Order: sequence, then C-alpha cells, then structure tokens
Amino acid sequence: MDSVLGLLGGLFLIAGAAFLLLGGLGLVRMPDVFNRIQAGTKATTLGTLFGLAGAACLQPDWALKLMLIGLFILFTNPISSQVLARAAHRSHAEKSALTAVDRLEDDQGA
Amino acid sequence: MSLLLTAMTFVLCIAMIVAALVSILGRSLPIAILAAGLVSLVASVLFVILASPDVAMTEAAIGSGLSTFLFFFVLGRVRGGERDGEDESGSEHG
Amino acid sequence: MVELLVNCAAMLAGLAFLLALYRFFKGPSAADRVVAFDVLTIIAITAIVLVALTERRAIYLDVALIYALLSFLGVIVVARYLERGL
Repeated sequence: MDSVLGLLGGLFLIAGAAFLLLGGLGLVRMPDVFNRIQAGTKATTLGTLFGLAGAACLQPDWALKLMLIGLFILFTNPISSQVLARAAHRSHAEKSALTAVDRLEDDQGA
Repeated sequence: MSLLLTAMTFVLCIAMIVAALVSILGRSLPIAILAAGLVSLVASVLFVILASPDVAMTEAAIGSGLSTFLFFFVLGRVRGGERDGEDESGSEHG
Repeated sequence: MVELLVNCAAMLAGLAFLLALYRFFKGPSAADRVVAFDVLTIIAITAIVLVALTERRAIYLDVALIYALLSFLGVIVVARYLERGL
C-alpha cells in the first residue's frame, strides 16, 4: 500500500481538500454574490477533480467510474454557476462597493 | 467504524439538526425549501456511512433532486396566492 | 501513511463543509444560499469518495455519480425561480 502511487494519490487528495477549503474560505470572505459564485464554484471544481484523481491513484480499479464522475462535474458545474450568476444579475443582486464596471448592465441599458 | 467515520457522523448530525430547525422556524419559504434539501443531502451522506448505498441513492434522487424541483416549481406557480416568501422581514403569521 | 493522508484530507473537507454551512445559514440573500448549497453538494461528493476509499467498496461511488448528475438540476430550478423576480 505504501507504494509511490499510493503516496501520490494521498498527496492529490490533500491538494484537492485544500482547494475545497480555499473555496469555503472564499465563500465566507468574499464581499458580494458574484465573487462568492466564482470563488465557490471554480475552486471547488478543481478541488473535486484533484480528489477524484487521488482516489484513482489509490484504487486504480475504480478509475473509469471516477473519470465519469469527474466528467459530469466538469460539464454541469460551470453551467449551474453561469445560470446562477445570470439569475442573480437579473434579480438585481446587491453589488459590492468595490465594483468598478458592469458591462452587462451597460449593454442592457444602451 | 473508524474514528474518521465517527467524527464525520458527528459533524453531519449537527448540520442536519440545524438545517431542520432552519427549515421549520425560518420565515422565508424558498430558504426553508433549500434547508429541507440540505437535510436530505446530509441524510444521504449518513446513509452511505451507515453502509446502505441503495437507500442513499434513492434519497439523493428523490429527496435532494425531485422534491426540491417540485417545491420550487409549485412555489413559482402559486406566487400570486401566497405571502410568506414575498416579504423577508415582516409577516408575523409565517 | 496513506491512511493518515486520507484522514487529513477528510479533516480539511470537513472544515470546508463547516465554512460553507456558515454561509448557508448566514447568507443575506437567497442567491448566497444557493451558492452555498451547490458548494455543499460538491463537498458531499468528495466526502462520499473518501468514505468509499476508507471502506474500500466501489458501490458507494454510484451515490457520488448520482449527485454529480443531479446537483445542477436543483440549482437551475432555483435560478429560474429567482429570475422571475424576487
């Protein structure tokens, strides 16, 4: 069990969990909805993919199923984040005071 | 059951109880529906820890997927007739 | 060694779960809660994979597969609900 592949898988798992933790931290610390969406979705997608890669290194028999899970996450997660951001923008969600420019609102206003 | 699974069960049980309380006591209807979905999500992970993946699959598909879908669909339909979800602050009878 | 690494990963994921849970219960608007719900679902997928690794049973991965399929359905429905005015 203590082979090179096992160690590599464990390190992948740690990296994935660290990315999940960073995503959670961004979810708490970011100032408004749109920043929270990008912090929460991008970081956790990468973290989950790392975790699945680590699991595939630890148990090579499961690689096909883990790859399928990763593929679904890679497809569905950006879709849900984009739909949610569009819904938040259309329902006039509160923007942070630091927001410099909002091109979508400029386009719709013109 | 290893120490890892015991600790995980503890955290998940706390989260489940708090989510259920929010779902019951919360004033806003969409937030109550989301909290009910969270209860279902945590219950599904607990079923996996308790070594019953078939029950966990059913809970994931029906509790977390279908019932949230159905509740929000109906809430969108009856929006004119209900008052709880519309005002976040007032509404003593909610 | 590998057991220790898996335990550390589970601990970090549990910490992330608690942070996202804080945002779910605190979040001022409904969109914040939906984002937190999405993140909680993704963390639950990782937690299920970690449980499968600990117990060494491949059948548990099916639950993670169902979550990977269904997590975006709920978010899309809630987003459609939010778009029509809140």
